[in-house]
Amino acid sequence: MEKVIQTRGLYKTFPRKGGSAQTATHYCPGCEHGVLHKLIGEALADLGLQDRTVVISPVGCSVFAYYYFDTGNIQVAHGRAAAVGTGISRTKNDAVVISYQGDGDLASIGLNETLQAANRGEKIAVFFVNNTVYGMTGGQMAPTTLVGEKTETSPEGRDPLQAGYPLHMAELISQLKAPVYIARVSFSNMAKLRQARQAIRKALEIQRDGKGYAFVEVLMACPTNQKMNVEAAIRFVSEQMEAEYPLGVLRDRSGEAKTLVRAESDYRKETLDRLLHLDTDRAPDAKLDPSARTVSVKMAGFGGQGVLSMGVILARTACAAGKFVSWYPSYGPEQRGGTANCGVVISGQPVGSPVVAEADVLVAMNRPSLEKFAGEVKPGGLLIYNAAIGEFAAPAGVRVLAVPAQELAKQGGSPRASNTAMVGVLAALGGFGLPDAVYREAIATHFSGKESVVKQNEAVFELARQWGAKQKP
Amino acid sequence: MATQLVKGNTAVIIGALYAGCDSFFGYPITPASEILHEAAKKFPAAGRRMVQAESEEAAINMVFGAGATGRRTMTASSGPGISLKQEGVSYLSGAQVPAVIVDIMRAGPGLGNIGPEQGDYNQVVKGGGHGNYRNLVLAPASVQEMCDFTRKAFELAQKWRMVVFVLADGVLGQMIEPLRFPEASVAPETDTSWAVDGTAVTRPNVVTSIFLNFDQQEAFNRQLQEKYAAVEAAEQDSEDYRMEDADIGLVAYGISARIAQGAVDAARAEGIRAGLFRPKTLYPFPKDALNAFVAKGGKQLVSVEMSNGQMRDDIKLAVECRCPVHLANRLGGNLITRDEVLAKVREAAKKA
Repeated sequence: MEKVIQTRGLYKTFPRKGGSAQTATHYCPGCEHGVLHKLIGEALADLGLQDRTVVISPVGCSVFAYYYFDTGNIQVAHGRAAAVGTGISRTKNDAVVISYQGDGDLASIGLNETLQAANRGEKIAVFFVNNTVYGMTGGQMAPTTLVGEKTETSPEGRDPLQAGYPLHMAELISQLKAPVYIARVSFSNMAKLRQARQAIRKALEIQRDGKGYAFVEVLMACPTNQKMNVEAAIRFVSEQMEAEYPLGVLRDRSGEAKTLVRAESDYRKETLDRLLHLDTDRAPDAKLDPSARTVSVKMAGFGGQGVLSMGVILARTACAAGKFVSWYPSYGPEQRGGTANCGVVISGQPVGSPVVAEADVLVAMNRPSLEKFAGEVKPGGLLIYNAAIGEFAAPAGVRVLAVPAQELAKQGGSPRASNTAMVGVLAALGGFGLPDAVYREAIATHFSGKESVVKQNEAVFELARQWGAKQKP
Repeated sequence: MATQLVKGNTAVIIGALYAGCDSFFGYPITPASEILHEAAKKFPAAGRRMVQAESEEAAINMVFGAGATGRRTMTASSGPGISLKQEGVSYLSGAQVPAVIVDIMRAGPGLGNIGPEQGDYNQVVKGGGHGNYRNLVLAPASVQEMCDFTRKAFELAQKWRMVVFVLADGVLGQMIEPLRFPEASVAPETDTSWAVDGTAVTRPNVVTSIFLNFDQQEAFNRQLQEKYAAVEAAEQDSEDYRMEDADIGLVAYGISARIAQGAVDAARAEGIRAGLFRPKTLYPFPKDALNAFVAKGGKQLVSVEMSNGQMRDDIKLAVECRCPVHLANRLGGNLITRDEVLAKVREAAKKA
């Protein structure tokens, strides 16, 4: 026995296990986890991979795989090994990631993670122990339990009408394009054991070379939970399990698969500054000026009328002029076809609430908005609205102006830019104290990359500003 | 210094990039999705990794794997998604794997709606998963803090080997403000004393949260509590606004704090001596500073929150009920208004 346990790739003794028998595993007599551990360990040692390897211990009987593998070890939540493996592999390009999972873990609670990681072609070697039962929790039915097989939760035998049919994981995964290698093996005789050994090595070679996803399903005996002696359990594997789950290599693309290299992080500040366009989109820090008036602006209209952009352009202008400013939108389904509104607060000191409940200025682009928000304009405030709305009974004590926004936009050469026309009128009448040139810069930044659009919007802005300057609301 | 007009959700990713976060794993959910979008745009361009996970559970477990290698990693979501991640948060805490999670709260329970709420307080501040663990929780109240607190979250996560939440609401995620960019970027070191990253030096390490032996599990739990006690001593953070001579202290975080600040000014204009106490950390709750206010003569407290008194419970615990703690709140995606807060303050002032 001692010779069997002291395998290359595994620890010589198992102090993490605790207790007195530090060279014996925690597995039951006749259990084949030990065989699989040994084959994986030997392959890792022979291929020189132990330093690079991270073995993921799942939940199930192999929860303590980290007692044994002389590699880096991580123990994870039930069914989540494939996701954890993704996180490791994406972060550490050279890591050899091994996910060792049972049937409940991989094919039931973790089926989504399993298939998705396989489908992404993650660089993980998955060793899937299929022994048709939950082991650690005491012999319940697994997704792989055979039809008619008795377990604690299928006491009369698995009934397909109640519990469906055995899940064929290797076949399921072979429906996906990304996996490099898929095999099903067993240890039920020496020839099959040799084939299993080869499959395990192949899966690990693929990891050594960083080529992608490898899946090896291992049919195993579980004498304890199948309530059989060892001979009967092995016979169950070779006669019944192998009939349901044919052995063989379902796919081997290790020859043509290319090494997959993940990026290396670039932490340099220059890189980030450039990536975030700090060279072209850069405002001065806001200047504290408590004497400056705080102005709250509400803008509202149909989704698609550019209401939110209008607010952003105003906020950009204020920001570029060194003001404190906030912009807050109504968000969510309202953006998709319904009404949209946003609030902009411009101040000489840090903005308190960004939510505009009482507006110094209201810009209304459609009738529902006008009717909804007209009452929220402060006495003496300014209400400008899209002249296309038509007749409107203005509230008392408020300065009101109908703006022919569509006409101004058309004249400026951009019929869609009614919102920019409103910004032009605001520049003239809003009382924000923001220089006209800064509005133009904000428009250029807002539409950056689209030269003709910038030109048109600048023209609309200028026309509307001049129009606005002549009005006396 | 460089300033740019930025959305709150974008500021999170800017903070993460300058903090040296290596990877982002996420799943779409309103109103947090822009964080995922920004990660998709910006992370690969800086050689960082981004995976749109198949589920919230997968995302948090990818974070577990990435975090276990000792590199900086994060995810972001909103209420329903955070509920799903709680299993992973418990495992991260049990294995002491550092991670940063951003929660852009929306209204609940259940599917609720996507309006802003603060109803995730308990599930984030108290820990919504199983076991005796704590999350460190930072509560930004501006776009600037969305960036700065995300950066700080990575420092704290690594320092304490804890999950650090940035707990924000739909308003903070969606609003735009000028952001002063970080002045430096970080290239973080891997702590090879515990991490497992597929190298010779970390080969002896194991990242795990299981102790079969009850006494070992208890000893580990005790160790965790000692760590949390140290966190409580070291990391409480809060901000005062007109609190020096206040009789009534409003307590609010996130967007509620900014609304409450307006109510303080309005109350002062009426001659009511109100002030605002803004927790910047929710765990640890800044109880020392709050108690100092009460000890100095603060007579009443008002918890201003967009939840059903979840934070008020912590305020009461903090001051051990030595003064009345009132509640001003709205729910369901509705923002509380300045005037609603003001009405509560007036009511309190009458009782005094």
